[in-house]
Amino acid sequence: MDGFIAIYIFILAGFVGYEVISKVPVILHTPLMSGSNFVHGIVLVGAMVVLGQAEGFMEQLVGFIAVVLAAGNAVGGYVVTERMLEMFKSSKGGK
Amino acid sequence: MNLFVEIFYLAAAVLFILGLKQMASPVTARRGIVWAGIGMVLATLITFVHPHVNSNYLLIIIGIAVGGGIAWKTGKEVAMTDMPQMIALYNGMGGGAAAAIAAVELIKHEPMDGTVQLLAVFGALIGAVAFSGSLIAFGKLQGIKQLRGAFRFHNQQRINAGLFIVVAWMGLGIATSGMDYGMFTLFLFFALALAFGVMMTLPIGGADMPVVISLYNAFTGLAVGFEGYVLDNPAMMIAGIVVGSAGTLLTQLMAKAMNRPITNVLFSNFGETTGEAQEVTGSMKAIESPDAAIMMAFAEKVIIIPGYGMAVAQAQHKIWEMTKQLQERGVTVKFAIHPVAGRMPGHMNVLLAEAGVPYDIIYDLDEINEEFKTADVALVIGANDVVNPIARTDPNSPIYGMPILNADYAKNVIVVKRGQGAGFSGIENHLFFADNCRMLYGDGQVVASELIANMKEL
Repeated sequence: MDGFIAIYIFILAGFVGYEVISKVPVILHTPLMSGSNFVHGIVLVGAMVVLGQAEGFMEQLVGFIAVVLAAGNAVGGYVVTERMLEMFKSSKGGK
Repeated sequence: MNLFVEIFYLAAAVLFILGLKQMASPVTARRGIVWAGIGMVLATLITFVHPHVNSNYLLIIIGIAVGGGIAWKTGKEVAMTDMPQMIALYNGMGGGAAAAIAAVELIKHEPMDGTVQLLAVFGALIGAVAFSGSLIAFGKLQGIKQLRGAFRFHNQQRINAGLFIVVAWMGLGIATSGMDYGMFTLFLFFALALAFGVMMTLPIGGADMPVVISLYNAFTGLAVGFEGYVLDNPAMMIAGIVVGSAGTLLTQLMAKAMNRPITNVLFSNFGETTGEAQEVTGSMKAIESPDAAIMMAFAEKVIIIPGYGMAVAQAQHKIWEMTKQLQERGVTVKFAIHPVAGRMPGHMNVLLAEAGVPYDIIYDLDEINEEFKTADVALVIGANDVVNPIARTDPNSPIYGMPILNADYAKNVIVVKRGQGAGFSGIENHLFFADNCRMLYGDGQVVASELIANMKEL
């Protein structure tokens, strides 16, 4: 990828992250931390790509570890966030 | 890259951002996580036809099943009070995955563009630190004996700084040496990076863990973003950096709520302030639950301040039951939540929501602090440092300047507490010795049950 395009992506994504969090009520900080923890579970995609082209024992082993860890991040992050937000269901009205 | 793959990744990135955006409001939060989840499933499925994925399909599926299965089971079964350490654990796994991706790329010894190689190594370092650091944070919150408390020794900061310089130097060496680095160097680099994560986290006390977990969450995001660049994967880049910047901001907000700069948390001097601390005057005065029940039942306004003790005692359901009783008697009940009450910002909100407390009677520090003056009773349950008036009065105190809930301004203060010990920070709480304060000793849940029973008899 062209280096400059990458810098654009990094900077714009940085602003998006800042904007998304800056208006959040304290009540949602934990769920949101948990939710963003889930979002970086996208590392699973990278782990799959790496393992999908791994050759030889060492690469396969480390690639496999990457997939296991990444899947744990994605699935665990989702389950925990979902359970937390589940509790907001019964509450009605907003502040 | 295949056009289909590109489109799916783009869709996933958009869904992540929209999902996070919706999580920023209590009304749409649940939809938000579902959207992000759909994005994740789309991205994962399409990766099976990614042009670079052409072998080891079985290993990939087994890996997802093993890692996902374990996480699913533990995530479903863990108690709500233990959520913070689970977030630390899953976050650490993500950091470890990012580091492992970098490791595979470096083990290959294929020629890489200079920037790519630099970011690969940098991402590996951050990811490895997030991994081992999060595991230590998990251990501390889980209450593993050997890890509890702050772990300090002589010259620790210098040794850590030295270790960091060595790791950074090795990383720079690997990043700039083209393909000219040995396997042993690579192994040593990862080992030292992991060791640094451990060393960096050990001296940090449990009370600061929320900030640290949030910081490592941001670290993992950055590492994922950098490895995304290495793998030429825009979905990873966008999602990773969004989390990296969001996590950094969240970390700052938390540190600010505790009035401690982030550097202070990491290179902690907590409890090492010079100068004499103010002497405590007065004594702690106990109260029995029937008296406390009367005090609250005939009050006009009661403000409840929950803290970690409520989480430990699982008292939130009983507290809500008690609140409903008070409301039936016409007492105005409000909950006051300090930004760092519990082990994470919003930890208390989550627990109260679990018990069914509507969030329109839950207030932030800024919203409620003026109201303590008009409150008849402030009921402190399991909170300690966040109501310590010494933060306002004693410049020599380590928590001086931290915004606190002004519980001491209420006409009466009842503190539910298990024993007479000091708070998590080890600082004596002057509130407990105040004239308008009464101590109600006992486990939060037991005490709340007694209060309910006593109120029914009135």
